[in-house]
Amino acid sequence: MHIAGSNDSVQGQGMGVAIKYLANITTLRYAADKCIGCGRCVEVCPRGVFVMQDKRAAITDKDQCMECGACARNCDFSALSVNAGVGCAAAIITGLLTGREPTCGCGDTGSGSCC
Amino acid sequence: MQPLQTLKFIKKEPPKWSAGTVSTPVGPIFRASSNWSDADRWGMIKSRTGAFRMNYFVAPGLYAIGDPTADSHILVTANYKLTFDLLRRELKGMNAWILVLDTKSINVWCAAGKGTFGTEELIRRIADTKLDVVVNHRKLILPQLGAVGVAASEVQKKTGFRVVFGPVQARDIPAYIKAGYKKTKEMSTIQFPMLDRLVLTPMEINPAMQKFPWIAAGILLIFGFQPSGILFRQAWSNSLPFLLLALLSVMSGALITPLLLPFVPFRSFAIKGLIVGILSMSAVMPLLDQKILHNVPLRIAAWLFFPIMSSYIALQFTGSTTFTGMTGVKKELKVGIPIYIGTVCISLVLMILFKVREWGLL
Repeated sequence: MHIAGSNDSVQGQGMGVAIKYLANITTLRYAADKCIGCGRCVEVCPRGVFVMQDKRAAITDKDQCMECGACARNCDFSALSVNAGVGCAAAIITGLLTGREPTCGCGDTGSGSCC
Repeated sequence: MQPLQTLKFIKKEPPKWSAGTVSTPVGPIFRASSNWSDADRWGMIKSRTGAFRMNYFVAPGLYAIGDPTADSHILVTANYKLTFDLLRRELKGMNAWILVLDTKSINVWCAAGKGTFGTEELIRRIADTKLDVVVNHRKLILPQLGAVGVAASEVQKKTGFRVVFGPVQARDIPAYIKAGYKKTKEMSTIQFPMLDRLVLTPMEINPAMQKFPWIAAGILLIFGFQPSGILFRQAWSNSLPFLLLALLSVMSGALITPLLLPFVPFRSFAIKGLIVGILSMSAVMPLLDQKILHNVPLRIAAWLFFPIMSSYIALQFTGSTTFTGMTGVKKELKVGIPIYIGTVCISLVLMILFKVREWGLL
């Protein structure tokens, strides 16, 4: 029986979410040896990246990951890491111009019209 | 007795969406109606189209739906009023508590990303509302998208309340609870259907159109600027097709590309915007018969600049989707920004060439 390792995908159990972004780009890293099978990542991932297999988490399709960070934030066993941040082109451009990575600015006083 | 509210939000009258109060060991709590008034519907429309949404909020704190008791469920949400309205509507017929966090008038997803729908705020709000006195149990149901900002185990350690992440959509909450806090795959997944994409387009079109007068002024100036001064009539008649093409490229990037997103080839948003820009221009150009379009440098500049403008505008839509991530957008920008700058420069050179020939200098 094949036990999915850190970088395998569980074929045939993909969510089949219709639209995908760029392939092989996600910074999601999963260390299966640290996983104790609590199931939080399956509970929180809004893109169906994780599924329980043989009492541990397994990755269905890494390309579905949108780097929101919910899984890494709720994994208490350091099995998951991802480079989460604002995925808004305008925010990233502003960050490049000002030399840092700001947020979109929504919610701050006098700010723009996003969100 | 004044219902429990954070000091800065105390108002003299009950909120318009409230329907009486429920008495609790900590005092009366406003009951939220599950029905929407015309004002609520109008508020939703205004929220989707402009800056109105920046101040559209409810006071954070505890609210009731129906007649909850000390054993009733607690649903946690953001204080953006549209979010709150959607939740209270979907809980119709239930008896439950709603804990509203101070997310500064931002919805759950964006607030979670910024940290305001977060661990600290949830802990603070639980303490503020004396939630442990109001209910006997220690369970909180959070929207799934709040997980981006809330570390469940830390909330449990600091407050004793156990966090479960419910469905993505509020409408699935009744079924989720009925199934014993079990979610189906569909309930756990965020999709991006056409209707959801469509309601986001006003907030793509508006910012783009706010910059439009600058583009229009630039185009008018190019054609009007003559050795004898600025000639308005000539400027207008020559500018018109280019103004139309500029408007078309805004719509290509801000409306058509988002609407047809999964049907446009390639995964890159910049390329999608470029394709839609080229196709829409191909459809419209044969309909424009102005002589100025036959000018070769201008024609080349138009075919370069307008599809690229559509591409840039379409790339902005990545900030509004449910499936694009920062790393991918950074990669798109790394490739795209030099191309955008290069195209603008080439277009400028071509326009200067046009001007120089027009004035007979070459």
